Amino acid sequence: MRLLATTGAVLCMTATGALADAHGQCAADKTLEDGVLTIATGNPAFYPWVLNDAPESGQGFEAAVAYAIAAEMGFEADAVTWVRTSFDEAIQPGPKNFDFNMQQYSITPEREQMVDFSLPYYTSAMAVLTTEAVVEAGAEPTLDSLRGLLWGADANTTAVPMLTEIVGPERNPMLYGDNVDVTAAMQAGQIDAALFDLPTALYLSAVVVEGGTILGQFPPDRSENPDQFGLLMEEGNPLRDCVNAAITTLTESGRLAEIEAEWLQGATGVPVIQ
Amino acid sequence: MIAAGSTIAVVLAIVVLVPLAPGWEAVQRSFFNGEVFAATFPGLLNAFMLDVAIFLWCAPAIALLGLLIALCRDVRSPALFPLRMFGALYTDIFRGLPVILVIYLVGFGVPGLGLPRPWNSPYIWGSLALILVYAAYVAEVIRSGIDSIHQSQRSAAASLGLSEGDTMRFVVLPQAVRNVAPANMNLFIALQKDVALLSFIGPVEIFRQAGVYKSLMANFTPYVGAALIFLAITIPATRYADYLLHKQRRRQR
Repeated sequence: MRLLATTGAVLCMTATGALADAHGQCAADKTLEDGVLTIATGNPAFYPWVLNDAPESGQGFEAAVAYAIAAEMGFEADAVTWVRTSFDEAIQPGPKNFDFNMQQYSITPEREQMVDFSLPYYTSAMAVLTTEAVVEAGAEPTLDSLRGLLWGADANTTAVPMLTEIVGPERNPMLYGDNVDVTAAMQAGQIDAALFDLPTALYLSAVVVEGGTILGQFPPDRSENPDQFGLLMEEGNPLRDCVNAAITTLTESGRLAEIEAEWLQGATGVPVIQ
Repeated sequence: MIAAGSTIAVVLAIVVLVPLAPGWEAVQRSFFNGEVFAATFPGLLNAFMLDVAIFLWCAPAIALLGLLIALCRDVRSPALFPLRMFGALYTDIFRGLPVILVIYLVGFGVPGLGLPRPWNSPYIWGSLALILVYAAYVAEVIRSGIDSIHQSQRSAAASLGLSEGDTMRFVVLPQAVRNVAPANMNLFIALQKDVALLSFIGPVEIFRQAGVYKSLMANFTPYVGAALIFLAITIPATRYADYLLHKQRRRQR
């Protein structure tokens, strides 16, 4: 009996070892630096994706997912290094300074012609960020009411085409360079509402915008092209298959959902826009 | 003949050598993508109309404010010394600040005071920021024009019985403004480009529209399209400024 148990344990260990080896082999010679996985994020990286702008801590949804993927691929936590890039640096032609780039990149067919994306690691609802004052003035979570508002959005996100397609505002939306400018314009009363992915909108309404509130959400299953986040890689990066295998394992084992539940607030309680 | 030959040689070298660079194909796909260019150019042209509109309503205000500031700096009566000081302070401050900083501070700051719509519009305050900055430059240019008119002309005007105001209006300014027209022309060419900075506070003009296309398609070609549209305006304008300068030199000879 004891022999059996020992044999079992040994077999098990060998199997795990083999598994780790297999992963390690998959990524071998495919990273920028041998034995090291270089991951890029934004500068700064925003809450709740990365906490305190410190991805090394593994805290925050994307930081946690990054380390989980790295572990699946056979990289210990200390074999992961972080670099920072803007969106433009990530898509510029030529060699990249990262193995993959993780900063809420929505996967779109147009972008896919220029860069490679991994399988999605998150599917986001889109939410309407506004202020109490606008709600008091009569804004409601209905498309009719939303059309009449003065809209803003981050120009670098897929919120821009979604705004036109789903809401179709009466007046041309104002576009800004980043979250901070969108909220500044909202605070100055220059826009009524802005479209963000739900986790970002929840954070901005709770912490950044004074009197901020979420008017409603468009759940991912409502739109034809749901907003799915993927890791961005240089086109033709051979590492993509390894990354995809890791994401598939994490998704199937339920680990990805666990990380999501740990770091991202549920969408419950946010009214769905009719 | 030699000039034409060497020009052709240089152009040939560029056309032949650049595509030989190993990264050329990637650069071409990302910056000179015909498909993306065709898809985005009409939208860019449309967005450029906003640049033109902003330029058109800013330019007269800049000319007027610049002239007023220049006159402030030229007052000679001791009682009006505060005006002189104001003029000097104004040009010092607004020539010393980056345009984008003024646009941010005025464009987000002033409406943040709680102005009601439509008075908090980024179009109004962003334009005001451009006007404030460019008026400082124009004022300096006009002042140098005023200084270029010899003191003897003022004395002559005074001996004819013209008041100080009339001297400025009928004798000094007409010559001064004409002398500095090419320099001012250059400032307005610069303004045409800086209008794009208004995009930072919301208006979707050509630079922002190009940024949206860039983000959606992960491709820089829309920026090249925008650059071409800018050049189509600024090159003729620059040539015209050169022509004015040339004409002026001939006249002075």
